[in-house]
Amino acid sequence: MGKRTLVPLGPYHPLLEEPEFFKLYCDGEIVKEVIWETGYNHRGIEKLCQSKTFEQVFYVVERICGICSTSHPFAYANAVESIPDVEIPERAKYIRTIVGELERIHSHLLWVGLAGHFLGYNTVFMWAWKYREPVLDMFEIITGNRNNYAMFTIGGVRRDISPEQATQLLKVLDDVEVKTTMLVGAVMDDPVIHARLKGVGVLTAKDIHDFGAVGPTARASGVDIDVRRDDPYAAYDMVDWKVITASGGDVFAKAEVRLLEMYESISIIKQCLEALKKTEAGDIKVKVKEIPPGIGIGHAEAPRGEVFHFVKSDGGNSPIRHKIRAPSYTNIPTFRRSCVGGTISDATIATAAVDPCYCCTERMSHVFDYTTGKHIMSAAELIKLSQEKTKNLKTKLKV
Amino acid sequence: MGKEIFYFLIFPGLLFSGIVGGFLSWFDRKITARVQFRQGPPLLQPLYDFIKLLTKETLIPKKGSQFTFFVAPILALFGAVISAVFILLPLFGIKTGFVGDLIVIIYLLNIPSLSYMIGALASGNPLAAVGASREMKLILSYEVPFLLVLISIILKSGMSIKLSEIIAFQAANGAFIGSVSGVIGFIVILMCIQAKLGLVPFDMAEGEGEICDGITIEFSGTTYALVNLAKYIMLFVLPALVVGLFFAGMNFEGINILWSVLKVVLVVLLVTLIRNTSPRVRIDQAMRFFWIWMNLLAIVSIILAIFGL
Repeated sequence: MGKRTLVPLGPYHPLLEEPEFFKLYCDGEIVKEVIWETGYNHRGIEKLCQSKTFEQVFYVVERICGICSTSHPFAYANAVESIPDVEIPERAKYIRTIVGELERIHSHLLWVGLAGHFLGYNTVFMWAWKYREPVLDMFEIITGNRNNYAMFTIGGVRRDISPEQATQLLKVLDDVEVKTTMLVGAVMDDPVIHARLKGVGVLTAKDIHDFGAVGPTARASGVDIDVRRDDPYAAYDMVDWKVITASGGDVFAKAEVRLLEMYESISIIKQCLEALKKTEAGDIKVKVKEIPPGIGIGHAEAPRGEVFHFVKSDGGNSPIRHKIRAPSYTNIPTFRRSCVGGTISDATIATAAVDPCYCCTERMSHVFDYTTGKHIMSAAELIKLSQEKTKNLKTKLKV
Repeated sequence: MGKEIFYFLIFPGLLFSGIVGGFLSWFDRKITARVQFRQGPPLLQPLYDFIKLLTKETLIPKKGSQFTFFVAPILALFGAVISAVFILLPLFGIKTGFVGDLIVIIYLLNIPSLSYMIGALASGNPLAAVGASREMKLILSYEVPFLLVLISIILKSGMSIKLSEIIAFQAANGAFIGSVSGVIGFIVILMCIQAKLGLVPFDMAEGEGEICDGITIEFSGTTYALVNLAKYIMLFVLPALVVGLFFAGMNFEGINILWSVLKVVLVVLLVTLIRNTSPRVRIDQAMRFFWIWMNLLAIVSIILAIFGL
């Protein structure tokens, strides 16, 4: 083992939208080992959810992630509705699907832009984000918010989509389709992008199984998994679409999967809008009186992969246990395979390629030594440590 | 002596090239913004940036060599200004320079890059060290094709290594860009100045998304202002050199003044467009690109120049 230099990516770094610390141990430019540290933005969402009523939890969980802010409510709705086993109206299913797929479009456009930015290709960054704007505006028209849509509720959705909104949405979708084709052309045909992305950060199908990676990360390695098809929820079994996979496993394949998925999303939304015409307007919600004691499990395919929610009810008005697993939680550890052996330049784009969302991933209550299993610190001790540190800082700064 | 100081500090040195470089930097940013559907900065933005940086606190890292770290940006600015003087005096026809000034210019143009490297290595920051090692590799890559193109220019101008004579030769026999070897040489030198300026696709020494501005990460306040000023000046000096070598220099009689300005702006425009239409390449890819493809093109240009094409 030669001499290794620690090149820090984070906690504050232009590459990362959120505080997160990747320690790249490098020999020259070659990355030998990656160790990642979390815990910078843990917010205790799960605990928070237990202090809210079932209806209020929707607005907490959609704040887990600003980008996929409908996939968490989606999975939560699936989980809660499975306890009393409610069947929501067909119209609500279609509307949920429309919101979910619109989110996929805006999230993938966002990723394409960010990936361009990390490659130093700021033109793609600005263009992709410009084309994302109409999608966000469409969200505002349909749900009332550009982000954190507050669209879902137990038993259905809170707002209907009117025929005028549907026409507007169709127009925006046609526009997005043209722009997507342009972006696909710009990314897929650029020889320099090929040189930068092909064969970089390769994950084989075995790596995907070993790490349990999900979503576009898995599909780019030829692992054909998608919750929308494997365990259909909302209207995904009522529309015609296909799961996009690629075989490369490198960053280029991941970009390809995401870009082509946008076409599928557009097609799904168009079919849902067509189906909306056949259902009765206003029939968007069934009344759910109470959540009986029991366990609910729900998952949804977020733009980044499978979101999993576990809800336990004791018959009261709030969950007594709420467990969330975001896709980045399983996708981020793949960095240990995709970054090692490449250069620092490759490592940055390989980390960005799984579209990591760090704040979704933050879970911490107990610190222990991985190799010996020895207990180091409990949650209460961690909080005490933090309080002591704040106190020390306050005395030091005299505030 | 007084004249030399005037050349160095006022015209065409520090003040003049700094102002023109600032304007060109605004032009570069404005074009970039328009390409990216943005509004872009106002005309005086480079000046605001410079003044703001001067008023900010200058942090000097405790670890590493503090004196070297502080001197490096001054050295960079010095190198940029003195190369501006050596290039612009013959270009404006103020002084003819001396025999062999082209060789001096080759050396002087490297001083800013070397100074950033010294400053980065003196800061003791690992990201800066990565940036410095990349800059070093980049210098090794682009210097050879740059020299080969200059050889082809020297061959074409009848074995002259004096910038003013090269310009005079072009004024008499037509600009070198009009010949096949000239076009090839221009392509090569455009790539070289892209790398010298540290712009995408050859900005891996800064690599914002990778190593957070690597080579300049530790500079702040006054030192960063000086680094920026040196960059402004280089953004003027290098295109001006290209204009001198390929576009028959500048002429300040009547309407020609407009044409002279346009030539520099055109080269900057090309540089800007290249940087906005490509992603950053890896350092090994950049080295391969310069050592194989650019050297090959430069040698083709030399061979064509020998046959007088």
